[in-house]
Amino acid sequence: MKFIVTLLLMSILAFSACLFMPWWSIAITSFLVGVFIPQKKGIAFLSGFLSLFLLWLGLTFWISHQNNDILAHRISLLILKKDSPLLLMLLTALIGGLVSGMAALTGSLMRTFSSQK
Amino acid sequence: MRFILLFLSAAVTSGLCFILDTQVLLPAPLGKLLSPQEGIWQNADPIDKNYSADLKFSDLKGKVDVYFDERLVPHIFAEQENDAYFVQGYLHAKFRLWQMELQVLSAAGRASEVVGEIAINHDREFRRLGMVYAAENSLQVIEKDEETKFALDAYTSGINAYVKSLTNSSLPLEYKLLGYRPELWTNLKTALFLKYMSFDLSGYENDFEMTNAKHYFSKSQFDLLFPSYQDSVDPVIPTNMPMAVAKAVSTAPLFADSIYFDFMKSTVAMSQEFNKPNPSNGSNNWVLSGKRTKSGAPILCNDPHLGLNLPSLWYEMQISVPQFNAYGVSFPGAPSIIIGFNDSCAFGFTNGGRDVRDYYEIKFKDESKQEYWFDSSWKKTTLRIETIKIKGKPDLIDTVAYTLFGPVMYDASFQGKYKGMNANYAVKWSAHDSTNEMKLFYLLNRSKNYLDYVRAARYLKTPGQNIVFACKNGDIAIRTQGKFPAKWKGQGDFIMPGFDSSYLWQGYIPADETPYQFNPDTGYVSSANQRPVDTTYPYYLGRNYPLARGLYLNRALSQTYNATASDMMKLQLSNYDIFASMAVPLLLQNVNDSFLNSNERKYLSELKKWNYSNEAQSIAATFFQIAWRALKDTVYNDEYAMAPPFTQKPYRSTLLEALLKDTAYLFVDDIHTSKKETLQEISMAAFKKAVVKCDELAMENKLQWGYYKDTRISHLLKLPSFSVSELFIGGGEDVLNASQSDHGPSWKMIVSLTSETEAYGIYPGGQEGNPGSYYYDNAINSWAEGKYYKLWVMKLSEKNDSKVKWTMHFDSKN
Repeated sequence: MKFIVTLLLMSILAFSACLFMPWWSIAITSFLVGVFIPQKKGIAFLSGFLSLFLLWLGLTFWISHQNNDILAHRISLLILKKDSPLLLMLLTALIGGLVSGMAALTGSLMRTFSSQK
Repeated sequence: MRFILLFLSAAVTSGLCFILDTQVLLPAPLGKLLSPQEGIWQNADPIDKNYSADLKFSDLKGKVDVYFDERLVPHIFAEQENDAYFVQGYLHAKFRLWQMELQVLSAAGRASEVVGEIAINHDREFRRLGMVYAAENSLQVIEKDEETKFALDAYTSGINAYVKSLTNSSLPLEYKLLGYRPELWTNLKTALFLKYMSFDLSGYENDFEMTNAKHYFSKSQFDLLFPSYQDSVDPVIPTNMPMAVAKAVSTAPLFADSIYFDFMKSTVAMSQEFNKPNPSNGSNNWVLSGKRTKSGAPILCNDPHLGLNLPSLWYEMQISVPQFNAYGVSFPGAPSIIIGFNDSCAFGFTNGGRDVRDYYEIKFKDESKQEYWFDSSWKKTTLRIETIKIKGKPDLIDTVAYTLFGPVMYDASFQGKYKGMNANYAVKWSAHDSTNEMKLFYLLNRSKNYLDYVRAARYLKTPGQNIVFACKNGDIAIRTQGKFPAKWKGQGDFIMPGFDSSYLWQGYIPADETPYQFNPDTGYVSSANQRPVDTTYPYYLGRNYPLARGLYLNRALSQTYNATASDMMKLQLSNYDIFASMAVPLLLQNVNDSFLNSNERKYLSELKKWNYSNEAQSIAATFFQIAWRALKDTVYNDEYAMAPPFTQKPYRSTLLEALLKDTAYLFVDDIHTSKKETLQEISMAAFKKAVVKCDELAMENKLQWGYYKDTRISHLLKLPSFSVSELFIGGGEDVLNASQSDHGPSWKMIVSLTSETEAYGIYPGGQEGNPGSYYYDNAINSWAEGKYYKLWVMKLSEKNDSKVKWTMHFDSKN
């Protein structure tokens, strides 16, 4: 249950932050959630990773679906040299997931570090 | 231990953020670029995007309503005229900002700021050509004229209203990909854009190449290679028109024969430009008077042949204000409708193709370039310091000396494409003059009759154009308009000496000696970039004009009666190759089929049964083009084998005209053999060469003309996935449907001036500049299929029509 709440919280905070701030604010939000919600290291990374992976996959899927994948076709050919909108969405999600996962892990390490001092 | 873990984890996190936000390790900042709320995904417009909006701006004086139809064409209705220009600027920016800015950066020699050092030569050359200097000169007169100043001010602030509203996520896609942001627009940028069009349409010349030809060939050879008149030409203004007696007299300098017409001097020149406008930049236009149409009303047609790019050069719109109601295509980057019509009349353009750009060789006193020798004394130059900013590199400072001719484009520090010798060349170009071409369009949009048209046309100085006109009262007209130097014969064909005032342009052809036609008895006027007038015109007009399209167009028009708009569509789409119709019989006469094998006979029979139409499926069209080129190579390559680099080759019609006149043409003989070759022998050889090449093409499945020609519409950055390629269509250089590989009819328009205007048009692109939008390229297939859209001249009373899909309301803030 706590895992789901963390996941949702990270997604909502990241989404809200990105309405006003640059994309890397997802690192700040996931870090903060990692600091305030106690989790094991591995779980912290996983929740951070999954929250943004799913959020960005969902967002891009939704955006691209409404666009008939016109842009995704063009950009995947340009960046990946391969005509695959899905691959471009997965790459996007992977980037979000990695950054957020590492940030959440850092947050969780920070929490244990300061509580044991 | 925990601390090390924490430290590592924090370092990896911030490292990831850094790497994904910059181009330090990655070719692109992938995090920034792909983040769904900021990056490229934001440019994926929903197919059913809602373009409606309510907007308020303090620069507006009143209300403006914009109704977008199902093709995303805006119909602007404004209470105040200048508000309409504001909104035009806003919409140009909203739909085409990146392209407008890129064109202007390119014109100003600032492309390196965006794409890096690969554009340095481009930038230096454009600055040295004096593009910014020219734009500054023009802006002065644009701003001195109250009407154009207010219109341009409004247009600029409309663009900036949009630019200021941009956020990181709403930036156009290309800015995100290239990693820069738009600047604010200025009036100078519009002047620069117009100069860019002047460059594209009046910047083409071969002075360096011709000088090399002059120095390499004898006078008699030269005259055969570059005849000053085409025998079969049918000029824009028909030959039987009486010509004015010249008021401007231009005489060749005293010793020109030895100093300037110095054939076979064996000096190797020269520089060569990096940037050459496409020589095929041309167009067709014509008007039929009511005598020749079914409705009894004039029909005006125009299709400008320009580079085919995405986003398109054109943006379609209607501007309706109390003073006028104009519809047509506009240039993103400039106010007004450029080619179109209003409630009274219609107007269209083709390129005049006159030579208004010449070079002078300058002798500097020393390396400081501060003084040059002119009329037996040292004259001072003005030095203009150009600072070129380069992405990721230090600035480059370039010093350009300005002489009384114009800027010294090539000197020791910049020699162009071909680095040969240490000479200095100043460029004299009529586009440097202070002229207000913006006023031409401003006035045409509101012209009501023939006199208004003439008054508007006089503002066009450079680039010279053939302007056609038709009015609902039945008047039709054409003017070969522009400000052209009155040249003595041969002036400006070659680089001229810059030390002698007698080589200067001695004056201009007076405006009232502009050849024109007004309601001619023939019932039509037309132009297709051919020579404007015949030899009875008292001024020198240069040697290089395309021949074929004009010949065919006039032939077709003279046989046209009871014409309808759909007949005119067929004519615009005509693939009949009149050049081939003259050349193929000549080729067939000289190919003896008893010396051909069965495979070669197959091609011969294709050629024999060809109807000279360059259809996409045609094999004969491909074969003819290849065989003709092979023949041309065989005829000339021996003479050119030892010629210096960049020696001008004969123009397209020269060989055909020469062979039609004389089958024993001097150049037919191969000078490298003792034998005297005949036209039969070389035709046979060319034919066989073409068969080999065509067999190769057949293997690659590229033998059909549409595949061989391979028409494509490329994104301005040449990104394949943003471009549309392999359009299987007919067309060609010498046919009215002038679709070539990356060049062709960029806007096809037909306007029937019946009491309710009936107009059709299409351009190969779409109204959106955004490659992530459905409207980016939605018209291309229809264009390729030869279809037209019916143009909807909307009335305000039709605002609830089902064709209106979206509405933008603009209002002043107070």
